[in-house]
Amino acid sequence: MVKLNGEQRELSGKSVDELLNENGYDPKRVAVELNLEIVPKSQYSTTVLKDGDSVEVVSFVGGG
Amino acid sequence: MENNDKLVIGGHEFNSRFILGSGKYSLSLIKAAVENAGAEIITLAVRRANTKEHENILDHIPEGVTLLPNTSGARNAEEAVRIARLARELGCGDFVKIEIMRDTKYLLPDNAETIKATEILANEGFIVMPYMYPDLNTARDLVNAGAASVMPLASPIGSNKGLATRDFIQILIDEIDLPIIVDAGIGRPSQACEAMEMGAAAVMSNTALATAGDLPMMADAFRKAIEAGRQAYLSGLGRVLVRGASPSDTLTGFLRD
Repeated sequence: MVKLNGEQRELSGKSVDELLNENGYDPKRVAVELNLEIVPKSQYSTTVLKDGDSVEVVSFVGGG
Repeated sequence: MENNDKLVIGGHEFNSRFILGSGKYSLSLIKAAVENAGAEIITLAVRRANTKEHENILDHIPEGVTLLPNTSGARNAEEAVRIARLARELGCGDFVKIEIMRDTKYLLPDNAETIKATEILANEGFIVMPYMYPDLNTARDLVNAGAASVMPLASPIGSNKGLATRDFIQILIDEIDLPIIVDAGIGRPSQACEAMEMGAAAVMSNTALATAGDLPMMADAFRKAIEAGRQAYLSGLGRVLVRGASPSDTLTGFLRD
């Protein structure tokens, strides 16, 4: 199991690229953190998720 | 306004001294707000992403406007640093407004953690604009930590209560050799104008607009007030008499002895 934005999901073995595409995220508009480290966009296809990983996918929203 | 009067933050020049927030109002109003405000900097927050069928705020911000992500939600320096790095990875520049709060009732910034985060992020090449409680010692520490500006609060965030900390902001303006940008609590154009008359480099406002009856019209009112206050500051305010009066007309030449 992989934690995606706080939710346990069956994502082990998938790349970050696959995670974003299969879950409807726009890769150009998000940033990804894997176990507290930023994943550079250039590494989305080569970074593969494994059991116990924690992923945050974030984007900009309105704020002050 | 003379166009040689620039606001300079981290080596970047701006003509506008009105930093606009983008929270708590419809994305469809952002363009009109930016245009009426004449804003060249807009703040944003970073949150867990929506999927792409949701609108993205970046599609509503006019081209050429500098994005200033904040670290709202951070409770300590470590979390602020994490959010700032994610914001930079979103690919919109090196600016960051540090906002760290431990207190959830008054939303007051944690000055000590803010100094720590400023130092880390300035060392990583960020243009760091820390939001802080107006305290001279903290402001000096922020300068030493590499801040590009200092952003003292006027009153609690979202309160629209105006310059409750007026005298302490004045101390920062007088003593700190960085742009002092009054952030949080400015509720009316007159209060923004007063901050600018005091010598603030800029004013940041969000809730005053988001809770106004007509947001674009209020953005216009704030722009005028901030420009007026800046001009008044540059022109040099007239003096105040402690006692007595001073006639505005000459007292000689009356039609009597």
